[in-house]
Amino acid sequence: MKDKIFRLLLMLSAALVLFICGGMVYSLVSGSLEAFGHFGFFKFITTAEWNPRPDQEEYGALSFIIGTLMTSFLALLFCIPFSISVALFTGEYFRGSKLSVIVSSVIELLAGIPSIVYGLWGFYALRPLMEQLNLSTQGFGILTASIVLAIMIIPYASSLSSEFISMVPKDLKEGAYSLGATRMEVIRHVILPNSGSGVFASYILALGRALGETMAVTMLIGNTENIPRSLSSTGNSMASIIANQFGESDGLKLSSLIAIGLLLFMITAVINFIGKLVISKFNKV
Amino acid sequence: MLHIDNPILEFKDVSVSYTPGKNAVNQVSASIERNKITAIMGPSGCGKSTLLRAVNRMHELYPDIRITGEILIDNQNILTMNPMEVRRIAGMVFQRPNPFPTMSIYENVIAGYSLNGIRLSKKEKDELVETNLKNVGLWDEVKDALLKKGTFLSGGQQQRLCIARALALKPEVLLMDEPTSALDPIATNRIEELLLELKKDYTIVIVTHNMGQAARISDYSMFMYLGQLVEYDETQVMFTNPADSRTEEYLSGQFG
Ligand SMILES: Nc1ncnc2c1ncn2[C@@H]1O[C@H](COP(=O)(O)OP(=O)(O)OP(=O)(O)O)[C@@H](O)[C@H]1O
Ligand SMILES: [Mg+2]
Repeated sequence: MKDKIFRLLLMLSAALVLFICGGMVYSLVSGSLEAFGHFGFFKFITTAEWNPRPDQEEYGALSFIIGTLMTSFLALLFCIPFSISVALFTGEYFRGSKLSVIVSSVIELLAGIPSIVYGLWGFYALRPLMEQLNLSTQGFGILTASIVLAIMIIPYASSLSSEFISMVPKDLKEGAYSLGATRMEVIRHVILPNSGSGVFASYILALGRALGETMAVTMLIGNTENIPRSLSSTGNSMASIIANQFGESDGLKLSSLIAIGLLLFMITAVINFIGKLVISKFNKV
Repeated sequence: MLHIDNPILEFKDVSVSYTPGKNAVNQVSASIERNKITAIMGPSGCGKSTLLRAVNRMHELYPDIRITGEILIDNQNILTMNPMEVRRIAGMVFQRPNPFPTMSIYENVIAGYSLNGIRLSKKEKDELVETNLKNVGLWDEVKDALLKKGTFLSGGQQQRLCIARALALKPEVLLMDEPTSALDPIATNRIEELLLELKKDYTIVIVTHNMGQAARISDYSMFMYLGQLVEYDETQVMFTNPADSRTEEYLSGQFG
């Protein structure tokens, strides 16, 4: 009897999760119908126009899609060398030592800092520096946002990939050492190949976070409605344009923002799916 | 008293400790005869693996482990040699077969070369793979599946693959830590036959819990107890007429 109740509870909560997810998709889709209906799906995602003037309203998501992808992938690119080093430091070189515990806890601390704090830091510390270095006028732009994003996702990528790196069986490492391999060779030929899918998953997770990050990006990207043509140019991301403009929008513009939300949701889902696909391929081999 | 004519390996007062003040191996001195099989026996926890792993400097991978005393290979102190070189001269086979799961059977055999960044021609590689797989009696079983992952093999086949991998580097000494304890009797049998074959070209030091195995294949036997080398003699002598009462008790199955 108790077992039955428990099963029922589990099924109910599973159903609830599905229901919530379904409801979200439903409201996103129904909210964006007006925009897609007006411009057409394809045109909406390939137009960079963002013109709210009442008589000639026209909205397209292209600038923001590019802004989001550019900042996220750039952040991922910056993040990889650092997080691999940190992960090897805590997961292999100093595994189990006090030093590694300290580094790991600092990283966890970094992961817990609210993004507004990163945004503030970027605004008051990094932005003036970028300005001085002449990397962008006023210091805003894609590069500035990407750097702060990278710093924000490094903790995720490194703590997770460190787990996978430290999970590589001792047997294998010792097997390689017993054949006369050096530490670098063991890392290259045994540790990284054997933790590859896990490390990859960590980066997918980190990328997912970068794609949706709003606050810090809004504060640093410049918030201009154009396609960013270079690293130093300003632009806007999908999450950021929504956050900036949904309060003062209605009608077609609101629907366009919701459509951007739906697209962001889809991009994240696709990235996650690709991640899972690669992981399952890795595991099969 | 045991007389070793032509030692390849010498332990001089070797002690190893994992935790300060507690020796897992305590002041072991012994010489190992060349081209013979030497078995290390003793109850669980007596320090057999610890002693074996001191030879190829495995303990250096773990900073807390302390070693004192000297170990000589071919009259040279292993500490004066490069650890990578020591490990190539003294190959190791582990208790649990550990082929590299990301590598094919072919790549596993030559892993000792690829890991060390030694470049070989295709012909050299092919030859190494074929000879060493033949050496361990695996060639006929896997010659059509060389590009499959080594982890698809059975436990006994995997262990033979690991032996082939160790042999491919042409070591002088083969250190084996209970290489058959994870295997069934048939696979065990094959490996024992293999070791008797290999002894022509290699010196083998094998840790075993299986007294029958020690009796069947080894020329010399060590009996360890609580970190100490209690008795070391020709296997025949030790099994028929043990000098120490603890050896006798162990051999008659009274503890361990
Ligand atoms: N990594 C380690 N850290 C701390 N103590 C260890 C470690 N490895 C072994 N020991 C201890 O050292 C002693 C000797 O261990 P060792 O593994 O050499 O025994 P063994 O004779 O090989 O035993 P078995 O037959 O069970 O394999 C044991 O008391 C064990 O608890
Ligand atoms: Mg052992």
